[in-house]
Amino acid sequence: MSTDTPDASADDAPSRVELAARVDELEDALAEATTEDDTKKMSIIATKGTLDMAYPPLILASTAAAFGYEVTVFHTFWGLDILHEERSKDLKLSSVGNPNMPVPNAIAALPGMDRVTTRMMERRIEDNDTATIEELIETSLDMGVEFQACQMTIDLMDYDEGDFYDGVTTGVGAATALQDMADADIQLLV
Amino acid sequence: MSAEYDISETLDVKGASCPMPVVKTKQAIDGIEAGGVLEVLATDSGSMSDIDGWASGTDGVALLDQEEGEDVYKHYVRKTE
Repeated sequence: MSTDTPDASADDAPSRVELAARVDELEDALAEATTEDDTKKMSIIATKGTLDMAYPPLILASTAAAFGYEVTVFHTFWGLDILHEERSKDLKLSSVGNPNMPVPNAIAALPGMDRVTTRMMERRIEDNDTATIEELIETSLDMGVEFQACQMTIDLMDYDEGDFYDGVTTGVGAATALQDMADADIQLLV
Repeated sequence: MSAEYDISETLDVKGASCPMPVVKTKQAIDGIEAGGVLEVLATDSGSMSDIDGWASGTDGVALLDQEEGEDVYKHYVRKTE
């Protein structure tokens, strides 16, 4: 046990000037962190591509943009079809597995029945003046919503980057989505 | 009625349903000068709650009044900044 241990640690201790500089540094960092940007953010992961499931992410995205939120919607798997210019106009709805639809499952599973239920829903959308998927995408893009198409599933589905609406971001993956979610005030998986 | 406000612009979203009344209101508000008042005419009954919620959650706008007419809902929103 050496008696000069306390002296050595006293030599290592920061000086008053160094401490003052460190306090200034931390105060600056705190001010930056607290004022940084108070823009709220929302991050949605859209994984479904049926006509009914295409609506919630788009309605929430455009509404959040109206509130001034910075919005990103990351589309993956069947959710890609919502951003696919051609396929988005032809999204389907099936009654199979949905007991709330007025068609019994045994009948809903017959060939051609998906077309019937889709037509039924499309007619309702038209009668109620509900916005179309295309309208919601165009409006959201106008309002600054960032639509991202997952690169891995673009390749998996054999889609082409040119298949998507103008303004859609491609070449992004799970890490981008995760970062957006980490930064967001609201995160949703649809 | 609307006489108390100097209306800068009227937005007609009659027939449109959620989320369009709120979305179009936001777009129209962006296009008017600070201090101006936007009148919104809607038939969507949900617009009463939605435009109220949007206005209280959004900076730079204030909901002045809402009127439930016979078949039209009127909203008056001021752009405050």
